[in-house]
Amino acid sequence: MAKPASANSGSGKRRASPRKSTAKTESSANSQGAAQDENFALHSLQEEFEKNKRYKASEEELLTFYEQMLLIRRFEERAGQLYGLGYIGGFCHLYIGQEAVAVGVQSALEEGKDSVITGYRDHGHMLAYGIDPKIIMAELTGRQAGISHGKGGSMHMFSTEKAFYGGHGIVGAQVPLGAGLALSHQYKDDGGICATYFGDGAANQGQVYETFNMASLWNLPMIFIVENNQYAMGTSVKRSSAETEFYRRGTAFRIPGMKVNGMDVLEVHQAVHVAADHVRKGMGPVLMELETYRYRGHSMSDPAKYRSREEVQNVREHSDPIEHIKKDLMEMGVSEDKLKQLDKDIRAKVADAADFAENSPEPEASELYTDVLVGNY
Amino acid sequence: MAIELKMPALSPTMEEGTLAKWLVKEGDEISSGDILAEIETDKATMEFEAVDEGTVGKLLVDEGTENVKVGTVIAMLAEEGEDASSLEAPSASSEPTESKPADEEKPAASSAEIMTQEQPKPKKADPEIPEGTNMVKATVREALRDAMAEEMRLDERVFVMGEEVAEYQGAYKVTQGLLDEFGPKRVIDTPITEYGFAGIGTGAAMGGLRPVVEFMTFNFAMQAIDHIINSAAKTNYMSGGQMRCPVVFRGPNGAASRVAAQHSQNYAPWYSAVPGLIVIAPYDASDAKGLLKAAIRCEDPVVFLENELLYGKSFELAQLDDHVLPIGKARIMREGSDVTIVSYSIGVGLALEAAEKLAEEGIDAEIIDLRTIRPLDRETVLESLAKTNRLIVAEEGFPQCSVAAEIQAICMEDGFDNLDAPVLRVCNEDVPLPYAANLEKMALIDSDRIIAAAKKVCYVD
Ligand SMILES: Cc1ncc(C[n+]2csc(CCOP(=O)(O)OP(=O)(O)O)c2C)c(N)n1
Ligand SMILES: [Mg+2]
Repeated sequence: MAKPASANSGSGKRRASPRKSTAKTESSANSQGAAQDENFALHSLQEEFEKNKRYKASEEELLTFYEQMLLIRRFEERAGQLYGLGYIGGFCHLYIGQEAVAVGVQSALEEGKDSVITGYRDHGHMLAYGIDPKIIMAELTGRQAGISHGKGGSMHMFSTEKAFYGGHGIVGAQVPLGAGLALSHQYKDDGGICATYFGDGAANQGQVYETFNMASLWNLPMIFIVENNQYAMGTSVKRSSAETEFYRRGTAFRIPGMKVNGMDVLEVHQAVHVAADHVRKGMGPVLMELETYRYRGHSMSDPAKYRSREEVQNVREHSDPIEHIKKDLMEMGVSEDKLKQLDKDIRAKVADAADFAENSPEPEASELYTDVLVGNY
Repeated sequence: MAIELKMPALSPTMEEGTLAKWLVKEGDEISSGDILAEIETDKATMEFEAVDEGTVGKLLVDEGTENVKVGTVIAMLAEEGEDASSLEAPSASSEPTESKPADEEKPAASSAEIMTQEQPKPKKADPEIPEGTNMVKATVREALRDAMAEEMRLDERVFVMGEEVAEYQGAYKVTQGLLDEFGPKRVIDTPITEYGFAGIGTGAAMGGLRPVVEFMTFNFAMQAIDHIINSAAKTNYMSGGQMRCPVVFRGPNGAASRVAAQHSQNYAPWYSAVPGLIVIAPYDASDAKGLLKAAIRCEDPVVFLENELLYGKSFELAQLDDHVLPIGKARIMREGSDVTIVSYSIGVGLALEAAEKLAEEGIDAEIIDLRTIRPLDRETVLESLAKTNRLIVAEEGFPQCSVAAEIQAICMEDGFDNLDAPVLRVCNEDVPLPYAANLEKMALIDSDRIIAAAKKVCYVD
């Protein structure tokens, strides 16, 4: 690969060295601009993003974002209810409060080209991909019609059709898997990138840093996305992390970082554009920290005594991602009636999904033994 | 349409709870996200949040009511435009609705009673419980907590570390109260970094401390298995006995309830394959306490496998100043003459249940709880085989290369002449554990399958 064009900095600074060339040692040996700003590459993306933080969405786009976020919210509320009624069992992690992240990221990716992987808090991501709420809900209730025929449940959902690679129950494990997906994009030269999500808690797993190193070393086309919702189960970020600014954690591996308000879908969308451009140019991975918040307990069985009701209420009242966009829409002149109708339609859709999930049959007994292996031996 | 608010299930195992407190009153306007009530589950006090908006109509269950079944209608909510004051309770009164598909009753429900009637015969090295010792009821969870607390009081070197063990009081509340009593120096919350903290625990043991490393579940110990096996288990040997590693790795193991393939595995066979490790998997509260205390005192690295579904079960526990049990000794849970059922951990409850039913059909089963998986108490197994001449193994885990397979091998090698029938194993189905309720039930062992195997080796129907 030829040396990539230097990033258009606009500030007269130059990239320290064409470090993102595959012939790394060779190129760093003859680096020219290093003396000026060693670390420019590490903050150039943030600077570019800061220039224009909020994506200018058309009314139609904004309505779509709103609709998708509201669908996730209502779906998750209903999932919580079905858990309480015993239709859903085991662990069930809700996405309420974090809707702007999945919707903002997904809308900035290229469908059919890019891939996505995340942890167990995955219903919202599935919905943002346009996967039918019915088959997601039916997976939650463990039915044949579920996307994994009831065999995966809440934490383990996948849609290869949508290049959504799960849905992983082991904290941090999805991070190297995401780098593997990125490696496959690079290998096949298909132009795709992989969005790899993980939590603030997961960010402390050692395999994350092994992955940072390899992803940077090999220029893998991926965006590491830390969904920093402030808590890992009952542990707040400051109780678990020596460096609480997660976007800085790629610095040691020369991965540029971006810090983004994950409660604003337009900022998220814009930031992912900036990052994806960089990655698609073959300049290696980006680490993005999205600051967000989960309103509910970690899972359904978490009493959430590690934070105050006021703290949660405060975020709900002042930073809710859905209310934020609702206000934008009204300022654009969208009528309250229209938004009410939208809410009603979404509620109906979610009610349908729940009915479907409650009433569709359990898996056939024979399903127990299918899909263990692919071949017959 | 009025909305019925039902008693929610707030944990995978909750079947009923206490409606501790109403935070709204009749006539209140509520919107989604408002906290309606506080509900006490078997593990914690939880908030019950509103999803719908409306006006609170009738509160049908008084605050302070205990044992409210999940699904019971506890209040009515009037939607916009409805008159809240005219709401009626649903006609079927407040009976819980049958909502769980293929509702599985926990088969172990009655084994606690069996346990309390069948006091163990003091087996060889189990210390005698002095006459007149006070017996109390204790859950396995309490027994484990008390074992740690007692050892921490006795030995300054003992400390506990793991995810959510301190401020959160344990993900499954096993370390409840330890932070209060021993402070943050000895009860340490770690980040989610199993490989790292298992290594740190192992190193601290090499350095002369007595770490108790909790894994939130043993599924996550797979991240750390290198330190358990390569660092902890082999050091004493490789150093020619110079460098000891008295660390305890503990946490829940095996299938819980509906948590699917990545969270439901029994690692007893894995660790039991490793020389240099002690592997313990207790069933009841007395063994949990006595063996955890022994594990903490042990000079060798111990993998201590608990079971989430047993944490809340109550058993008789002798009130002794220092209840320590021998590592490496199986326990005869029930004496019998027709067939031996060998098991451990949650399988013991199922085996006891099976034995009761077999007795009704005239088959007298002897139940052995292995308790320690490594080193295995071959002697107790072979003695029982010599008496009954028929043996089966019940294990909640995969069949291939299982503890059951090991017991079969022992019987073949050293008990062949005593065998009147092939040794059978009753294990889970040989598939990753599925999430769906009906499939999960099919995949896991139960007492019916144990009974069928016992009859088969007795050549009954
Ligand atoms: C390796 C591993 N350790 C522990 C757990 C238990 N666990 C599940 S989620 C979680 C907290 C993760 O928090 P974070 O990464 O911040 O993600 P969030 O839940 O906030 O989305 C823990 C400790 C697990 N699933 N896997
Ligand atoms: Mg988090």
